[in-house]
Amino acid sequence: MKQSIFIVISNRKVAKNTFEMKLSGDISHITAPGQFVNIQLDGFYLRRPISVCDAENGVLTLVYKVVGKGTEKMAEMTGGEELDILTGLGNGYDLTKCGDNPLLVGGGVGLPPMFLLAKELVKAGKKVKVIAGFGSADEVFYKEEFENIGAEFTVTTVDGSCGIKGFVTNALETVGEYSSICSCGPEPMLKALYSATSAPAQFSFEERMGCGFGACMGCSCKTVTGYKRICKDGPVLCREEILWEKQ
Amino acid sequence: MGKAVETKVTLCGIELDNPVIPASGTYGFGYEFAELYDINILGTFSFKGTTKDPRFGNPTPRIAECPMGMINSVGLQNPGVEKVISEELPKLKKCFNKPVMANVSGFSVEEYVYTCEKLDKCDQVGWLEVNVSCPNVHGGGMSFGTSPEAAAEVTRAVKAVTTKPVIIKLSPNVTDIVSIAKACEEAGADGISLINTLLGMRIDLRTKKPVIANKMGGFSGSAIFPVAVRMVYQVAGAVKIPVVGMGGVSSAEDVVEMMLAGATAVEVGAANLINPYACRDIINDLPRVMEKYGIKNLNEIIGGAH
Repeated sequence: MKQSIFIVISNRKVAKNTFEMKLSGDISHITAPGQFVNIQLDGFYLRRPISVCDAENGVLTLVYKVVGKGTEKMAEMTGGEELDILTGLGNGYDLTKCGDNPLLVGGGVGLPPMFLLAKELVKAGKKVKVIAGFGSADEVFYKEEFENIGAEFTVTTVDGSCGIKGFVTNALETVGEYSSICSCGPEPMLKALYSATSAPAQFSFEERMGCGFGACMGCSCKTVTGYKRICKDGPVLCREEILWEKQ
Repeated sequence: MGKAVETKVTLCGIELDNPVIPASGTYGFGYEFAELYDINILGTFSFKGTTKDPRFGNPTPRIAECPMGMINSVGLQNPGVEKVISEELPKLKKCFNKPVMANVSGFSVEEYVYTCEKLDKCDQVGWLEVNVSCPNVHGGGMSFGTSPEAAAEVTRAVKAVTTKPVIIKLSPNVTDIVSIAKACEEAGADGISLINTLLGMRIDLRTKKPVIANKMGGFSGSAIFPVAVRMVYQVAGAVKIPVVGMGGVSSAEDVVEMMLAGATAVEVGAANLINPYACRDIINDLPRVMEKYGIKNLNEIIGGAH
């Protein structure tokens, strides 16, 4: 973990209520895709945890959805703002467990961490497929970005206004074989994936956090291997650790 | 060059390099923070509230944000006293060479006695900080800390089986904190620490339900500082034993203010969660603030506002 100051380079709307913020600063403590950063915002007591979408050449990319007053404030930034950010939080995905043709599944703003993961996997010579689930066409983002790095990109929308109609699980049959699943998104989506497949899988969890670095026990969950802190021992848990029943 | 100001204080017979103590529940067992800075710069720290048996605590969400503060309802998640002694304390020994404050909770007098007796025997433990804010399962769920009699009963029982200084940590959610503090003093407490969190609640406008799974939780952070200063002032004016002040402390100025109210040492809680370097920054800033206000020795200002 590292506390440092980042400067906002750009902040643009990429879809309905969804923004992409690029910041410059020390990204050396971001060591794995699937980690998150925790951002201090003027006027708010707790930091805002946001997953890392990309981190390369001193530029941190975050894609976030405006869900409350904190993210509203972030969306108003235009560039040049200084932000106090904790980086290198959480465990992230284990690339060694992904196999040769991993399937990455992102739901809504669960998609951003899949970007750095896809990049790293492509770099390692893996054939990467991505399923991105959204509510409707106006929420879709990063299609080109994923395709530009060489990932096969399939979109699902609940209302069918773009790509396959339905949920991410409706696209599972169309993407062919895969060696493993890495996923991030709403818990019902993760549960549906967990039940619909039996491939080795890594799921990224969300929880309301206090500190984001393992001190307060605000985001604990029960797992097969004992109590885990989503912020420190997670957010990524393996299929074998999760206490879910197949539906 | 000699030190321009004196930050050393003595808490129940044990000297602290400075009065700054991370509060229980915000600092784990120290090692998350030891990765960030040398935690030996602290006066000491109060470790994660420990109970007789392991506890997972409350369901999530356990955290809610507030203006200038936060609500938590962790519910005393801890590995239980046996594991604290066999696993946490040996790990702590590698990064902290000062006496540590052992924070203890319980749901019956017997549990407090059991846990305190065990921790009292550990060389690393300097003080026992007994949190009487949890519900008394035998007393119908009423917190031990809400009646002078129950608080005194725990104090007396713990004092009977321990040799180290016993500091009773009081809840602010009472009508007369002074009478409770005095009852603890009469029952043999070596110190009083206060305030624990204020009972609070937030409701999510989207779901129209409480944010926290347990509905209510403990409100802490800068917002509660004035309440804490007032209660520390009241208690310090009424007891002769040392008082450890806490509640919303987040700067060196706050530390000085707490000491003026009557605190011998000062705990820092929620501030650690939003700035992991909060205690280091406060300790580094303390000499500057002392000089600014013409304070040469912190001992001279304890209770200075009375």
